[in-house]
Amino acid sequence: MAGLGTGAMMLPGFASGRTVSPEALMEPWLDVAVKKRLADAALNAAKSKGATYADVRIGRYLNQFVITREDKVQNIVNTESYGVGIRVIANGCWGFAAVADAQSDAQIAKAAEDAVAIAKANSRLMKEPVELAPQKGFGEVSWKAPIKKNAFEVPVKEKVDLLLGVNDAAMKNGANYVNSVLFMVNEQKYFASTDGSYIDQDIHRMWPNFTVTAIDPASGKFQTRNSLSAPMGMGYDYLQTNPKDKVTGITTRYNMGYDMLEDITSAAQQAKMKLSAKSVEAGKYDLVLDPSHLWLTIHESVGHPLELDRVLGYEANFAGTSFATLDKWQSKSFKYGSDQVNLIADKTQVGSLGAVGWDDEGVNTKKWDLVKDGILVNYQAIRDQAKIIGEKESHGCCYADSWSSVQFQRMANVSLASGKTPLSVEEMIKDVKKGIYIIGDGSFSIDQQRYNFQFGGQLFYEIKDGKIAGMLKDVAYQSNTQEFWNSCVKVCDDRDYRLGGSFFDGKGQPSQSSAVSHGSSTARFNGVNVINTARKI
Amino acid sequence: MAVILTEDEAKALLQKVLKFSKADECEINISGEKSGNLRYARNEVSTSGSQLTQNLIVQSAFGKKVGVATTNEFSEEAFEKVVRQSEELAQLAPENPEYVGVLTPQQYKKTSGFFDSTANITPDFRAGAVAKSLELSRTQNLAAAGFWEDQHGYSAMMNSKQLFAYYPSTNVNFSLTVRTPDGTGSGYVARGYSDVTKLDIEAATKTAIRKSTGSLGAKALEPGKYTVILEPTAAAVLLENIFFNIDARSADEGRSFLSKQGGKTKLGEKIVDERINIYSDPAHPDLPSSPWAGDGQPMEKVNWIEKGVVKNMAYSRFWAQKKGVKPVPFPNNMVVAGGTATLEEMIASTKQGILVTKLWYIREVDPQTLLLTGLTRDGTFYIENGKIKHPVKNFRFNESPVIMLNNLETLGKSERVVSTETNRNYLIPPMKIREFTFSSLSDAV
Repeated sequence: MAGLGTGAMMLPGFASGRTVSPEALMEPWLDVAVKKRLADAALNAAKSKGATYADVRIGRYLNQFVITREDKVQNIVNTESYGVGIRVIANGCWGFAAVADAQSDAQIAKAAEDAVAIAKANSRLMKEPVELAPQKGFGEVSWKAPIKKNAFEVPVKEKVDLLLGVNDAAMKNGANYVNSVLFMVNEQKYFASTDGSYIDQDIHRMWPNFTVTAIDPASGKFQTRNSLSAPMGMGYDYLQTNPKDKVTGITTRYNMGYDMLEDITSAAQQAKMKLSAKSVEAGKYDLVLDPSHLWLTIHESVGHPLELDRVLGYEANFAGTSFATLDKWQSKSFKYGSDQVNLIADKTQVGSLGAVGWDDEGVNTKKWDLVKDGILVNYQAIRDQAKIIGEKESHGCCYADSWSSVQFQRMANVSLASGKTPLSVEEMIKDVKKGIYIIGDGSFSIDQQRYNFQFGGQLFYEIKDGKIAGMLKDVAYQSNTQEFWNSCVKVCDDRDYRLGGSFFDGKGQPSQSSAVSHGSSTARFNGVNVINTARKI
Repeated sequence: MAVILTEDEAKALLQKVLKFSKADECEINISGEKSGNLRYARNEVSTSGSQLTQNLIVQSAFGKKVGVATTNEFSEEAFEKVVRQSEELAQLAPENPEYVGVLTPQQYKKTSGFFDSTANITPDFRAGAVAKSLELSRTQNLAAAGFWEDQHGYSAMMNSKQLFAYYPSTNVNFSLTVRTPDGTGSGYVARGYSDVTKLDIEAATKTAIRKSTGSLGAKALEPGKYTVILEPTAAAVLLENIFFNIDARSADEGRSFLSKQGGKTKLGEKIVDERINIYSDPAHPDLPSSPWAGDGQPMEKVNWIEKGVVKNMAYSRFWAQKKGVKPVPFPNNMVVAGGTATLEEMIASTKQGILVTKLWYIREVDPQTLLLTGLTRDGTFYIENGKIKHPVKNFRFNESPVIMLNNLETLGKSERVVSTETNRNYLIPPMKIREFTFSSLSDAV
């Protein structure tokens, strides 16, 4: 799977690891003193074999899936995976080894020795030794996601009842079929390094989602509408609805609290409406893009091209390289977008998927500018890349998707800053003569250097002379990254700011998955090429 | 205990685990695998590693209440624990009306997907093979980024009705992207085999180098409808979307490209050119695969599309029971029968057209028509009067493989390919297609 995964389709593949009963998920894990002892065993063994740097990650990864369709529970899966990954520098070269279910100092010391042996073996093929940006040690510290309700503490029955309840609402509102899923993640990670850090972190993620299908048997046509939820760095509290988290309008959208019942009720009605919606006329339109849609465009056309490893060619055989080459950044005048465009990387944003206290190489997380007033100003870099762009320290965006995977540069939350002038969505639409208002993410594809892209969506509304004229279907837009961001004329103010995101950003060989959020307020892009995707077979 | 078990060892272990079961029915799947990989970029090795993994999955059922638990710990204590956990989950679960029970013992075809040559790959062998490839690109001052991954292992299953199945297999996948130093040329190759002795890494590397240097100085052509020749690597990522959507239930439910008006399906109808034959066969010598499905159903040779007509759709055991037909499990491999033409002959017979060697970032735009979008990548060439004239800039396309297979001109000889989207291996021919829809240009190289 290259690029961003395709959501719910990925679920069975993601359900790896050891499955445990619901009660077992609540068993307390290793005491922090035990983790420190195991970590020291790894660090000491690595150093004694000649490592000049070592870090160790002791991880327990929990997933829970509740999967239903219509009035049936298809599967309830709990998985647990525990192990230790050790990364070292010896003879100037990286080495990595991982050990599953490690309980003893001896097992861990053996893995550390293996990592050093691999580093020494590979150093013969190396031309330039690894150079890490300096990083101070933090001593014994901890970070816990600020969740209000741990999803793993909620009884399975309550989750099943919620999903069967929303499925019932979909069927009563005209859906022919409905699939719904609750997907919960807890990463319990302990990191230690020879820099003197011992970091204990507890990370939670939550993603309720569904697909509703409506069928017209007479014509043989079908349409779907996916949930407008976002995967979030939150607990079960994301499902506690609050009027202040709702954005009303042509359809209700959600901020830090998701009303699944309300959304599925609208979805069932809208899937039916899509069957008789007008097929779009291809041409140039001004696009008004809701944050539930724009996150994906930001992800593909900003997040990825500004990953420094891609720029340098390390992903050339798989995910690709980048149009945003170093000379463009060095010129300090490369117009990535219009002066309305400010794009920010942030690993600290509360409720986001990427938020942690420290990254997977012990760097404290931060927020930094990527594009300022339309100009490319920075990339996303980790400790062994920082010097390439003249930075004195890492950006803190290193991540591994498991204890058994080696950590590498991954995308931070990359978001579009809200407009500084007060502007509501209604006011934005009022000024549009010929446009399309797009809500929710759909089909997505972008080239390997991130120039040419095509995006679909969930809901499309025609805008005629400042008013919404009705629903459209068969819509996709195509553009070029630089052209598109330079066509951004307005961004709504922060009252409309919301997060979208993905659990399944894929990169690396063997491929690793990373979860990342992208925030924005509704934004307007002028004169974008829209195609009609209807075909007959 | 070894991780990769022989048939006898697997049988003994499964019997041992099954003895812990107190459920009405129990089904156990186990697997063990050793994999090794080597990754490089900018002509230097970047990461390498090896993984030894094993897994045991227990499904327990009380009536129609079903629970599943898995473990990667292989000890007596862990076996009993995982069986108990699956039983606890089954007791917690609501009844699943679609549970059809476990199968009685079955007969399986003999297939051979295990090759000692691949199973015996050492880190030195891997590094040596990659070094040969690196040398070729380094000496020509080209930048190589590649990935080698080999695996060997087994899977086995047993259930409370004494069904037992075992399948050992090996695989090696090698992929390489070669770029010119100025980044204006790029070529790609991917090869996959069960038997590593079939992998000629030097020949593969030369193919990527040829495409890389050949793609220098690409000219822009107007987007539009063109006759294209799709190399098998390009065709695979389009055709696999047909393979993934052959489910009978979705078609019956009216939400598949195989659905049609009035709640009917296209089973028995001609949907593509009559020269198209698509089948699966676990015993195919060039693409061996497991002769049994995960629930123990035997895998037979199945014709999915014969002379352009939909002959079979995949029926789960539940859906088959409901529809009163024979179950047809999802295939473990897929073969598109080829013609006789070579790629060179196909080019020679083309007045005007485009040779597409690889496609990238394929996503479904419309499930109703299987409309897909994506882009050409790493080597796209203009053909005029039977000859490759010059490289062309990459295109975005919007095309359905169903429409494409109705616009078939010529089929070449099938060969084993690796999907650049899913890593799956298939047998797919190169194909010449008229009126393939390119919708815009890309500046990407």
